[in-house]
Amino acid sequence: MGKGVMRYTNNTNGGPVFVYVKAGKIIRITPIDFDDKDADPWTIKAKGKSFTPPKKTTVSPHTMAWKSMIYSPDRIKYPMKRVDFDPNGERNPQNRGVSGYERISWDEALDIVAGEIKRVKKDHGPGAIMNGSGSHHTWGALGYWLGARIRFFNTIGWTPIAHNPDSWEGWFWGATHHWGHSSRNGGGEAYSTVEDCMQNSEMVVFWSSDPESTSGVYGASEGTIRRMWLKELGIKMVHIDPFYNHTAALMGGKWIAPKVGTDSAMILAIAYVWITEDLYDKEYVATRTIGFDIWKDYILGGDDGILKTPEWQETETGVPAKDVRALAREWGTKKTYLTAGGITGFGGACRTATGTDWARGVVCLMGMQGMGKPGVNMGGVQQGTPVDTRFYFPGYAEGSMSGDFTGPGHGTTLYQRMPQLPSVNTVKQVVPRLRIPEAVIDGKTSGYSTDPMSIEGQFFEYKYPAPGHSPVKMYYKYGGSHFGTMPDTNRYVNMYRTDSLEFVVNQSIWHEGESKFADVILPACTNFERFDISEFANCGGYIFNSFTQVNNRVAVMQHKCIEPIGESKSDIEIFLEISKRLELANPFSEGHSEFDWCKRFFDATDLKTKISWKKFLKRGYYVIPPTTEESRDPVSMRWFAEGKEKDTPELTPLPGDYTEEYRKGLQTQSGKIEFESSSLKRFDPDDPDRLPIMKYVASWEGPSTKELYDKYPLQLMSPHPRYTFHTQSDGKESTINDISEHRALIDGYYYWIARINASDAKARGIKENDLVKLYNDRGAVICAAKLTERVPPGTVHSYESSAKYDPVGEPGKSADRGGCINQLTPSRMIIKKSHGAGYMSCLIEVKKWDGKEVAI
Amino acid sequence: MKTWHMIIDVEKCEDCNNCLLACKDEYVNNEWKGYSKPQPNLGQKWINVQRKERGTFPLIDVAYRPTPCMNCDDAPCIKASKGCASKRSDGIVIIDPEKSKGREDLVKSCPYDVIWWNAELNIPQKCTFCAHLKDEGWKEPRCVQVCPTGALRIENLTDEEFSQIIENEKLEVLHKELKTSPRVYYKNLYRFEKCFIVGSVSIKKDGIVDCAEDARVVLYKEKVKIEESITDNYGDFKFDKLDEDSGEYTLEVSYKDKKSKTITVNVAKSINVGEILFD
Ligand SMILES: Nc1nc2c(c(=O)[nH]1)N[C@H]1C(S)=C(S)[C@@H](COP(=O)(O)OP(=O)(O)OC[C@H]3O[C@@H](n4cnc5c(=O)[nH]c(N)nc54)[C@H](O)[C@@H]3O)O[C@H]1N2
Ligand SMILES: Nc1nc2c(c(=O)[nH]1)N[C@H]1C(S)=C(S)[C@@H](COP(=O)(O)OP(=O)(O)OC[C@H]3O[C@@H](n4cnc5c(=O)[nH]c(N)nc54)[C@H](O)[C@@H]3O)O[C@H]1N2
Ligand code: SF4
Ligand code: SF4
Ligand code: SF4
Ligand SMILES: [Ca+2]
Ligand SMILES: [Ca+2]
Ligand SMILES: [Mo+4]
Repeated sequence: MGKGVMRYTNNTNGGPVFVYVKAGKIIRITPIDFDDKDADPWTIKAKGKSFTPPKKTTVSPHTMAWKSMIYSPDRIKYPMKRVDFDPNGERNPQNRGVSGYERISWDEALDIVAGEIKRVKKDHGPGAIMNGSGSHHTWGALGYWLGARIRFFNTIGWTPIAHNPDSWEGWFWGATHHWGHSSRNGGGEAYSTVEDCMQNSEMVVFWSSDPESTSGVYGASEGTIRRMWLKELGIKMVHIDPFYNHTAALMGGKWIAPKVGTDSAMILAIAYVWITEDLYDKEYVATRTIGFDIWKDYILGGDDGILKTPEWQETETGVPAKDVRALAREWGTKKTYLTAGGITGFGGACRTATGTDWARGVVCLMGMQGMGKPGVNMGGVQQGTPVDTRFYFPGYAEGSMSGDFTGPGHGTTLYQRMPQLPSVNTVKQVVPRLRIPEAVIDGKTSGYSTDPMSIEGQFFEYKYPAPGHSPVKMYYKYGGSHFGTMPDTNRYVNMYRTDSLEFVVNQSIWHEGESKFADVILPACTNFERFDISEFANCGGYIFNSFTQVNNRVAVMQHKCIEPIGESKSDIEIFLEISKRLELANPFSEGHSEFDWCKRFFDATDLKTKISWKKFLKRGYYVIPPTTEESRDPVSMRWFAEGKEKDTPELTPLPGDYTEEYRKGLQTQSGKIEFESSSLKRFDPDDPDRLPIMKYVASWEGPSTKELYDKYPLQLMSPHPRYTFHTQSDGKESTINDISEHRALIDGYYYWIARINASDAKARGIKENDLVKLYNDRGAVICAAKLTERVPPGTVHSYESSAKYDPVGEPGKSADRGGCINQLTPSRMIIKKSHGAGYMSCLIEVKKWDGKEVAI
Repeated sequence: MKTWHMIIDVEKCEDCNNCLLACKDEYVNNEWKGYSKPQPNLGQKWINVQRKERGTFPLIDVAYRPTPCMNCDDAPCIKASKGCASKRSDGIVIIDPEKSKGREDLVKSCPYDVIWWNAELNIPQKCTFCAHLKDEGWKEPRCVQVCPTGALRIENLTDEEFSQIIENEKLEVLHKELKTSPRVYYKNLYRFEKCFIVGSVSIKKDGIVDCAEDARVVLYKEKVKIEESITDNYGDFKFDKLDEDSGEYTLEVSYKDKKSKTITVNVAKSINVGEILFD
């Protein structure tokens, strides 16, 4: 670059980047503009026009904040020990979260951690060590929490924290039973749907879908231009969301705002209009589905005497009957794409108490409209670009160097390509993530398995503690997000302050909510300070071929751009150092450095057939050329609509899950879309939470829980933060704090924002930027009020995922002015027989905060 | 002679703030000698995305107006600067980071409020149009490079070429009345500066209320017909680009053979007249 500037490459949750470094300091981070040597993008022809995306990568806001994150004053720069923690004397667990820290050497820190690992195993036996991470990570296939971390903990033996299917909830626990797709946690495929939607559809319904905020997941701003093309093509758009979201604001179209968690009533009313006005695909229903008559009978009042009319739904959703009728008529007559969630399988509505019904309900609606026929499918052009899916490059969820061949991604899609020492956890105990506090405080809990291998995998209940295992005594926490992201989080705060946990170590890059509740803190570095390798928006696993979100597939060498800040080390190096002290260095690392592992990973991919390792290292990225127009993937579900064999590039359903003929039919028992689910009939046909057909069951926390609603008359919705990636890049003096829609600067403090309808604010004497207390029986959070018409009266909107926990009094027992909205959300399972959260079903009251009152 | 101009389309801006964050990435902690001293990590918004909501639930829209330095050709800041701010031959206005020490008064000289005070360094600071990058051969400033929608555009053109664009694309400047000859031009500013009247027409038949599609709504001001709108399948209509505080209007709403209705509204800012029911 000249002038002593080096240009490296790296990758983030929001797109790959060039990193400009001068004299050991990062001076700028930009998206990647391709040059003449890179492959040209694809072209889609639709309705007489041609569309080609730009020859460059795009970014998300959080990607543009990375430099400020790397040099954040909240970086943990050296190992630390809580001042009143003595591993050989008084441990003072009750002071976690209040007492300060002193700097210690790496040797001392590693000796304490390695010593505690040995001690708890010796004193308590297998299972005593628990570890958990966030659902996300700094980018990079090796360093990801599904890579090195798993190998390390398998090597020492651990009680893993099992993730609930957080992003998918209602899809996993609900939709799976009606259309299969268990390997996608109940979400859908999207092959070639961009082209089909552009060429053949007339309307797109965005239902609980705001890809302009969430980028699907990891998709930067790649989908934006495609949605602008839809507009250019005159394809109509409708947005069903209690919040006038950013996709609605940019794209325009009709906004329909049901009360949070009532969508399933609207679904039934839409079906009612289609049935009574003959607006559905009878031939498809007859040949591709089963159980329709039973659902139809329920909708027409056959079993409860209630006609599920648009007027009936109005009392639940608050949406005028006339609007639902108009929508149903338009939908029933136009070729329509439905995008339910930012990508099919997501959506805040799936994280409500009624999320299972919403997710299976929308599948049923598409079953009535002939899903798979030209112009009729699921997706909002966020996924399904015509990139080359044949080029092999694994995503992070394939488990890279984990060696964990029983982990679904690894065994099926990587292990054969990248031989390595297998690593197996010998501890058969698991703690459900939503019940960590109960496991620790009460010493017992249970959960349902997030097993995506089959539809029935989720029916297995497991107990904690496991037979013959030790309860958890040591918590090795990786990251510090949970106070901002898990439900009813005062539970998590209080858990740390009990003596059930003899030792807590936290390995983090920054100080976030949980870090200061540890006894020892280990400083990790960012992915800009270590080597890794990855692809743009490729997570693999549950979102197999997730890179179809991007316009150009880009494989990236993640250079170590600068030396680690302070004394921080890469996570892999920290694990290696501990392994050495436990004589486990070889099983953990196979004697290979991070850089060596990058080369092994490179060799496992198809990259090696296109570019030499040396060239890849130097250039830093490779653009995977798109396929020719003729060899584009078939459209998802087209084979199904046409009664053919499955022809999309998917591994699933697994062979054993086909009923009559291999590759014919869906994963369900009938091989068809099931309005009445055979798996639910087999499991528990009388479960009122999840009957075999989708019925309207009012939310267990919402307008119909009368007593609670009288006390807390506002519904709090807490979707994913637009500017940060969950807790990543919130707080920490990241530049994102300057965005006044993210945090508001009031009297020198950056407050979290709560959006409240102007009429609700007026009734409470609340003005713009007033400090307000959001509260219910579970907690209290101090926010800055923004008055808006983007939410209906009765609804409050505040994003989840504050990285900052800042109690104004005793931790766990006082209001938080950091902004952890999840202090207020319910920990009740979405349905009883599940391990799933219904965050969005949350009743609160809001009042002006006088700055004094501290208790909950 | 080609000079720099920026074009900002308000209708395409989606408030992602990639522009603001990229700008911070370029200027925070970096000194570009002769152009700018480091921007503080927090507190300054060289491109400031302003927000505007119109209407009331559920008939609303939202628009955003990114506001960088206008690089005025008749710049009040230069006039007030006593030589510490100047215009380059390519049109860019630079506040000299050395000469401007102590000149807090410059902050007030800018009618567009785009000069920020850096208390630590004791200097006024603002958007430089990324002059240092242009001088190194970059084709776009940082903010333009990361804008996902094309809401931001940069053009290096002669005056003639650019006046053609102004005409073809109907560009406007912000606060024309200030007469500072900005080099930043806007498209679709009405989304920010004008207001609308919206409403929904419905029809009751056999006890059932439905949206009234194809209803005809005519807007009058002092009995003069201004515009006509046909409702969509949700019965919605919209009259846009009205002046704020423009006073009384009359709406005449007719649907099929029903007797037409007349509604009078007073326009201060955007207004949602709600449901108009025929029965
Ligand atoms: N109210 C409400 N709550 C929700 C949701 C909602 O819709 N509403 N959505 C849910 C969903 S879908 C999700 S996915 C979860 C996400 O919830 P979490 O997964 O808990 O959130 P993240 O912020 O992704 O957590 C990542 C953590 O890992 C740490 N970390 C990142 N990279 C590294 C690294 O390289 N090394 C180390 N040592 N640590 C690292 C980060 O600092 C952070 O603490 O939130 C859920 N919570
Ligand atoms: N910027 C950013 N992008 C992200 C993330 C992030 O944290 N930040 N997280 C990533 C992750 S892990 C995931 S899982 C995805 C999540 O992607 P999504 O699940 O699609 O995103 P959400 O924001 O939870 O919800 C989408 C919309 O649903 C609406 N909604 C909430 N409740 C209801 C309801 O009851 N009914 C209806 N109709 N709508 C409702 C919200 O207002 C929101 O606009 O995003 C990914 N992308
Ligand atoms: S906008 Fe303000 S700072 Fe920029 S040139 Fe004009 S007067 Fe000067
Ligand atoms: S042109 Fe450059 S200095 Fe001006 S706002 Fe854009 S990025 Fe910032
Ligand atoms: S980057 Fe573009 S779309 Fe995003 S806020 Fe800036 S101008 Fe608007
Ligand atoms: Ca043993
Ligand atoms: Ca089967
Ligand atoms: Mo998620």
